Amino acid sequence: MEEKKNLSQKEISRRSFLKGAGIASVGAVIATTASVDIKADTKNDSDVIGKNGISCEFDVNGKKYAQKVPPRTTLAELLREDLNLTGTKVVCDRGACGACTVIVDGKSVCSCMTLAIDSAGKKIETIEGLANGDELHPLQEAFVNHDALQCGFCTPGMVMSCKNLLDHNAQPTLPEVRKAVSGNLCRCGTYPHVFKAVMDVSGKKGE
Amino acid sequence: MNSFEYAMPKRTADVFRALESSDSIIKAGGIDVLDLIKEGIAHPQRLVNINSIDELKYIEGNQTTGVKIGPGTTLAELASSEVLSGSYRALAQAAGSTATPQIRNSATLGGSLCQRPRCWYFRNKDYHCTRKGGFTCFAVNGENENHAIFENDFGCVMVHPSTTAVALIALGAKLTIASAKSSREILVEDFFVTPRENMHRENILEQGEIITAIHLPPAAKNMVSYYYKQKAKQSFDWPIAEVAVSMQLDGKKCQNPRVALGAAAPVPMRSKEAESALNNQEVTIDIAASVGKEAMKKATPLSQNKYKVHIFQAVIKRTVCWASDIDPFA
Repeated sequence: MEEKKNLSQKEISRRSFLKGAGIASVGAVIATTASVDIKADTKNDSDVIGKNGISCEFDVNGKKYAQKVPPRTTLAELLREDLNLTGTKVVCDRGACGACTVIVDGKSVCSCMTLAIDSAGKKIETIEGLANGDELHPLQEAFVNHDALQCGFCTPGMVMSCKNLLDHNAQPTLPEVRKAVSGNLCRCGTYPHVFKAVMDVSGKKGE
Repeated sequence: MNSFEYAMPKRTADVFRALESSDSIIKAGGIDVLDLIKEGIAHPQRLVNINSIDELKYIEGNQTTGVKIGPGTTLAELASSEVLSGSYRALAQAAGSTATPQIRNSATLGGSLCQRPRCWYFRNKDYHCTRKGGFTCFAVNGENENHAIFENDFGCVMVHPSTTAVALIALGAKLTIASAKSSREILVEDFFVTPRENMHRENILEQGEIITAIHLPPAAKNMVSYYYKQKAKQSFDWPIAEVAVSMQLDGKKCQNPRVALGAAAPVPMRSKEAESALNNQEVTIDIAASVGKEAMKKATPLSQNKYKVHIFQAVIKRTVCWASDIDPFA
């Protein structure tokens, strides 16, 4: 009860605060490139990006893209719908299946649960960045050789999780490989083949 | 997702101003908040992103001085922290067992503590449950296999989803909570709010307040800790039962034990029954088993979750054994 009272008192003071403070505008740029539609919150450097978003620069697989994104756009939506990089798949859209896994600044993340705006200026790696023209990345080659996919829908995310593992740990143990793909659901059940593929690549790397 | 504005404060002090706007909510790693928005449970007009504030990301100190952790520290960083590999290892184990590698790379300790219920009725916008202002807890007479076996007679039978809180409670951790005007410290075990106290909130944070630090007290002499959870799947899953234990171990003699249970009640809870059954005992498998039994004596399971009582007994037994370096299967 007392908490509720406190809350409503706070509501009032917040409203009167806003009334008094008004809305000013500043031109501070938050993301890496020019801003559209930035307005200031109240007094100074707590910058707020409007619902329509701002233009940001994205570094995807070493290529720079300028794109205006509203704050609510996820990284998966940016990649697939704005940049036409549809290799990244969206299945659950809730961070539970790992199909949308990409690597941002050296860390695997679910692109469906990452806001695009938060990835601006960071190094984003997707499945499209692995092959060099027609030449497959060793990990992709190993997936093919070991039949590590059936329907293929989980594969881009699965490969990115494996790449992230090998980037940090070139000689993983089997339990480490299992743990690395524990966030990637494969309904076809190709895990044993995925494990073999990753172990194969790490063996090659060790030679 | 509904449209929202996006505040990107760079310093903690700027967060409070950004939060003054009504209908604003804090986003750290974003895992819980984006889920709530996508499910239509939350409709914020503004997200205040505290993930870009570097001064909230750190792990400082050691076992002698105690450890201070910034709320923006990710679960992956906790799981691999050297500082948390000794007496405080329950926290690293808890963080490392949460969700998936991808989620652990994004999710933060502060967010883990402040996430909203994962009850499937709460997360479904078609169910206007008690916690959302309705009059019915759909789980009481519905699908309640994962729900509470303690404190479940007060109109909401969810279990609190924070795994890290279970370890923090076992370690006797404290939080610093700050607003624009003041700051206060509180034990993690006092941070959470039961449905009996207030149905509509899970913790004591007021609008405009944020967690600014998590403190682990200096490790007592010969302190050990352990965290373990039982899941339905071998890989990532929510716990059916999770337990964290800390104690001082002189040989095998246990002193000052703290036993915390998760997935047991609407709040991460201490089991005083387990603690008194363990205190001043020479730890053996039999003692560990009796601790599990004592902890479950007052359980009041629902129609579909009596099995959790037995699972908790086993999980408590194993966790006490592993904390004491005893093989529970010997």
